[in-house]
Amino acid sequence: MSIRGRAFIAGAYEHPLRTIPNKTAQQVHGEVAAGALADAGLSFSDVDAYFCAGDAPGFGALSMAEYLGLQLTHIDNTETGGSSYLLHVQHAAEAIAAGHCHVALITLAGLPRSSGAGIGGAGRFGSAPEISFENFFGLSIVAGYAMAARRHMYEFGTTSAQLAEIKVAAASHAQHNPNAFLQNVVTVEEVLQSKMVADPLHMLDCCVVTDGGGALVVVSPEVAHKLSRQSVPVLGTGFAVKHVNNGRIDLTHTGAVVSGPRAFAEAGLTPSDIRYASIYDSFTITVLTTLEDLGFCEKGKGGEFVSNGGLQAPFGKLPFNTDGGGLCNNHPSNRGGITKVIEAVRQLRNEAHPAVQVPNCQFALAHGTGGNLATRMGSATLILGQEV
Amino acid sequence: MSFLPLADVEINNETQPFWDGLRNKTLLLPRCTSCTSVVWYPRAHCPVCFSTELKWEEMSGRGTIYSYSIVAKGNGRWKESGPYIVAYVELAEGPRILTNIVGVAPSEVHIDMPVTAVFDSGDDGRVLLRFTSVSAS
Repeated sequence: MSIRGRAFIAGAYEHPLRTIPNKTAQQVHGEVAAGALADAGLSFSDVDAYFCAGDAPGFGALSMAEYLGLQLTHIDNTETGGSSYLLHVQHAAEAIAAGHCHVALITLAGLPRSSGAGIGGAGRFGSAPEISFENFFGLSIVAGYAMAARRHMYEFGTTSAQLAEIKVAAASHAQHNPNAFLQNVVTVEEVLQSKMVADPLHMLDCCVVTDGGGALVVVSPEVAHKLSRQSVPVLGTGFAVKHVNNGRIDLTHTGAVVSGPRAFAEAGLTPSDIRYASIYDSFTITVLTTLEDLGFCEKGKGGEFVSNGGLQAPFGKLPFNTDGGGLCNNHPSNRGGITKVIEAVRQLRNEAHPAVQVPNCQFALAHGTGGNLATRMGSATLILGQEV
Repeated sequence: MSFLPLADVEINNETQPFWDGLRNKTLLLPRCTSCTSVVWYPRAHCPVCFSTELKWEEMSGRGTIYSYSIVAKGNGRWKESGPYIVAYVELAEGPRILTNIVGVAPSEVHIDMPVTAVFDSGDDGRVLLRFTSVSAS
């Protein structure tokens, strides 16, 4: 069974704030839920399915269903870090296609900035079987991605200046987003001169730490057709787990080598059909490797691909992260997945900022990477289109 | 020996021989008697062929650096340890394992550098497997 065209994203909402000092995480989940439902023209009483991941407090979807006051016939707590929310769209589409629900609400929210949590995921790793073999070597999140970058440089000649081009493109987009955490444009030189955090990654190779959140509403075709708001069909989905593989890890690729082709096959499209891409950007290296793995360029040629404004909207080879992405705009709860889908929906609705709106944006891709490039990750790819 | 923090590792029935080995300055890993894979990290079955017939075997302790990062400033107990080197070392027997490189200046470390095991231990019996340059050992 293919879910192509059997579910639509009818509502999308990103919390406008990046620092939220006096609210609870569940309160922010509630605010983004209300925002996405209002965007769709629906209400809380229409929701019959709810999806959340490790950032949701308490007993996940059970606690949140009660807190929000939802009456549900379907829930999903799938936790794959920052890619969770893209996988939730796939799972929602599957559940809708199977007739288990009609209106699925997905939320992400967290307050790492106000709580001083710093970079990192929501923690549930206390008793993980790998913990004593990885966690006691000062392996910060950045250091893991730095090792992936170092190996990419070694095998393919990728340079720090090429990685910096990714931040430069994100910043050039963020200057048009009044809600972006960082709105200043930067140069390659400024990235290279920023503080070295974990060699070879600099401060400006890293995403921002922000409070906030976002929500999506995924609905059946029958519901979508009754709504006045333009909804976005889910055309293709792909997911893969990549892990350490008995200690034979290859740091130069991500799970996108599997999730990408699956999504393209389901959509009946190829990378050349994609006009806009939201690419998970926890760090610049995440973007570079993912672009190669999704087939936008040959393996090892990502550095060339992103150079000379390759990712800059509206006229680069592949405009990416036109909201400023996790590198500049928002990385709520230290996991940016949902904002990737939200900006793709804006592009397909022709509602991105005019300075970065891609003309005739018929097909868009959103990709999430959850976990760590240096160990295990969940990779989720979505291909979205325009309602016909 | 390296001045980097040691840790209270979680030891269980699947991993006990590994930690006992490190205390005796030997690197023991399970090898699958069915498909011959060396298993990393240690566990009760072979993740390649799913056999539960494993045998603990002493490794050479030799390897090369697969990748590394020089961390300027760590988190938590590692806050004052920087700069330090986090690395993946590819053991001669196959597995690529997360570790620290010690006794090597950050400016000297490079991919493919030959390294050898260091059994980094404290007076309290805590021990971690780290590596140093073959020429420094």
